[in-house]
Amino acid sequence: MGESPHRSANAGTGGTNVTESREWPAGASARVAEAPVSTRTPEGPGLGGGGALPRARAFGAERAFRGLTLAAGTAVLVVIAAIAVFLVAKALPALRANTENFWTFEGWFPNDPEPKFGIGALAFGTVLSSVIALLLAVPVALGIALYLSHYAPRRVGTTLGFLIDLLAAVPSVVFGLWGRDYFSGPVADLSAWLNRYFGWIPLFGGDGPFGASILLGALVLAIMVLPIITSLSREVFLQTPTANEEAALALGATRWEMIRTAVLPYGRPGIVAAVMLGLGRALGETIALALTLGITFGISVNLIENGGNTIAANIANAFGEANDTGRGALIASGLVLFAITLIVNITARAIIHRRREFTESAA
Amino acid sequence: MSATVTTHRQQPPAQPVTLRAKRLPRYVPPALALAAVVVAAAIVYGAGIGGPVLVVVVGALLYLGGLFAAANAVEGRRSARDRTWSALIHSAFVLAVLPLASVVWTLLSKGAERLDGNFFLTSMNNIGARDPEGGAYHAIVGTLQQVGIATLITVPLGILCAIYVVEYGRGKFAFAIRFFVDVMTGIPSIVAGLFVLAFWVLIVSPVFNDGRPGFSGFAAALALSVLMLPTVVRSTEEMLRLVPAPLREGAYALGVPKWKTILRVVLPTALPGIVTGVMLAIARAAGETAPVLLVAGGGAAINFNPFENNQSSLALFVYQQAGDASRYAPARAWTAALTLVALVLILTIAAKLLARRNRLGR
Repeated sequence: MGESPHRSANAGTGGTNVTESREWPAGASARVAEAPVSTRTPEGPGLGGGGALPRARAFGAERAFRGLTLAAGTAVLVVIAAIAVFLVAKALPALRANTENFWTFEGWFPNDPEPKFGIGALAFGTVLSSVIALLLAVPVALGIALYLSHYAPRRVGTTLGFLIDLLAAVPSVVFGLWGRDYFSGPVADLSAWLNRYFGWIPLFGGDGPFGASILLGALVLAIMVLPIITSLSREVFLQTPTANEEAALALGATRWEMIRTAVLPYGRPGIVAAVMLGLGRALGETIALALTLGITFGISVNLIENGGNTIAANIANAFGEANDTGRGALIASGLVLFAITLIVNITARAIIHRRREFTESAA
Repeated sequence: MSATVTTHRQQPPAQPVTLRAKRLPRYVPPALALAAVVVAAAIVYGAGIGGPVLVVVVGALLYLGGLFAAANAVEGRRSARDRTWSALIHSAFVLAVLPLASVVWTLLSKGAERLDGNFFLTSMNNIGARDPEGGAYHAIVGTLQQVGIATLITVPLGILCAIYVVEYGRGKFAFAIRFFVDVMTGIPSIVAGLFVLAFWVLIVSPVFNDGRPGFSGFAAALALSVLMLPTVVRSTEEMLRLVPAPLREGAYALGVPKWKTILRVVLPTALPGIVTGVMLAIARAAGETAPVLLVAGGGAAINFNPFENNQSSLALFVYQQAGDASRYAPARAWTAALTLVALVLILTIAAKLLARRNRLGR
């Protein structure tokens, strides 16, 4: 807030509405002006004291404040750019030292004298576990959201909705711990059962041991993103205009038809946003998967045998014993994860953007 | 739409005039459910292919099918669909509540095991694999310091950024900022951790640190603020947009400069909402494990200085104890998890209550 000299001559250049409104020192409003502005003495310079209108000095404070906010806004861009730049800077040496193909090699030995590591299996595991988790979680989450917003009695819906919101805030490490200590037993039983009766499907093949598998990881992920998707889509469903719902009911629609014709179309962009947020969470989830997956480095569609790995879980697991190249390799894998989530996010934005225009014009 | 209406008008004369459509008797759904479970049990145990869980699953499927068939026969197709979807939605609710309730129950029952004074007053320093003692004091200190520093960094930056986007920003630049804030929302926490690892721990801090990588609580705070920033910006932005325009216009009309209008009129009006957003961001940051794991190092001793040497955090403590071979470690992990959840939930509940009061006050 630099104290700039009087520059009333060219005050119109920078100031916007403020400088223009100074032209009209309306006497009537001066009384009112006392209340919010002048009762407190301004702590900064550049302000007229007492109820006097600020002179052109205010232009300096205005400009300084504007500059400050601009700097903060720019900081976001700088941080994003810095993330890309520093990750690339640290990843490149490791990628150059890699003696195998980064995209296709299945294995992670960056600490060897001849570093060998590849992202293929990790990226595959990341996408596979997230997609399965979402396939499991989204229908259930939408069901609960509809139950809470349109089926449950209002008081029950509000209370349970609040509880679901709280569950959405539970840290992922808790879900990971639960998945490893308690959920792996039932999942191992389920896996053995699936293997016995559906072993002819490659997804459920293999001959054990079962338990610390992609299936367990995906189930834990699903349970973890469930409250997030539920709480977001419940809010969207609650915002459906009552007029639309009542109109549908008045036309003789059953409750489900009302939901299908009034609630779901209205909430579609919100649902897409919630699902994409859940997908982002699932893709980037580290600790829950580091605790539940049995770490292997191979591409396999077998869901129930011990194994599976994801980019993020691998970073958490391999970071401890990584040397310089090892760290670079992990940073390179993080860059790939960043790119994947970026693609997902931008796609989601595009979908939401298009859909929003569509629904708004339709409504 | 009009087509369906006309078909409805044509239908009634075919049937005797009754004002109420035929309904399935009330006892039918429960009876169907019972029958479905019995049939399912007969199938499952008869063929010997599973246990009680499978009975419930098969029973639920049979019930859905039977309900649809019965309602279809009596009430017609539309009503049958309605009933089936209603049953599906209710069962989705039950299906999801089971694991979530299990998580909560496990957390409470296992977490209570080590919930004693010793846990909160000691660290893991000199605690070997055979010692049942040991606590999370160092981790609690770490969490509070890291989250506190992250908040100090994020809140001014985030609020100013939101002010720029809402009040000053025009055109492509403001759009770019909004877009990249959205992008930042999607950054996985581990990538934020890697960024701070590459930027602060491996490149910047060795300058002050005789060339050694400087793992520290401050680095963790930096990573957490990368994660908190978009949340704070987005929630502040939304709250600022909710401030009624007449408030601003009134201030302008009185000759109050724009910056002062923002600081004295707009921000105080939006404050409860902003605080809610900040608290939710803090709650999320407090639960993050991955970035702390990468850049704070995670020591066993108490370290009050966030700028030097390794620090732990509650979430990291849970993860480390979960991976520990000692048979006392799981109890410590669960109690730390319970503490962490309690901390996060207190913040979240406070934020939600504040938001509710805010909504009423407006």
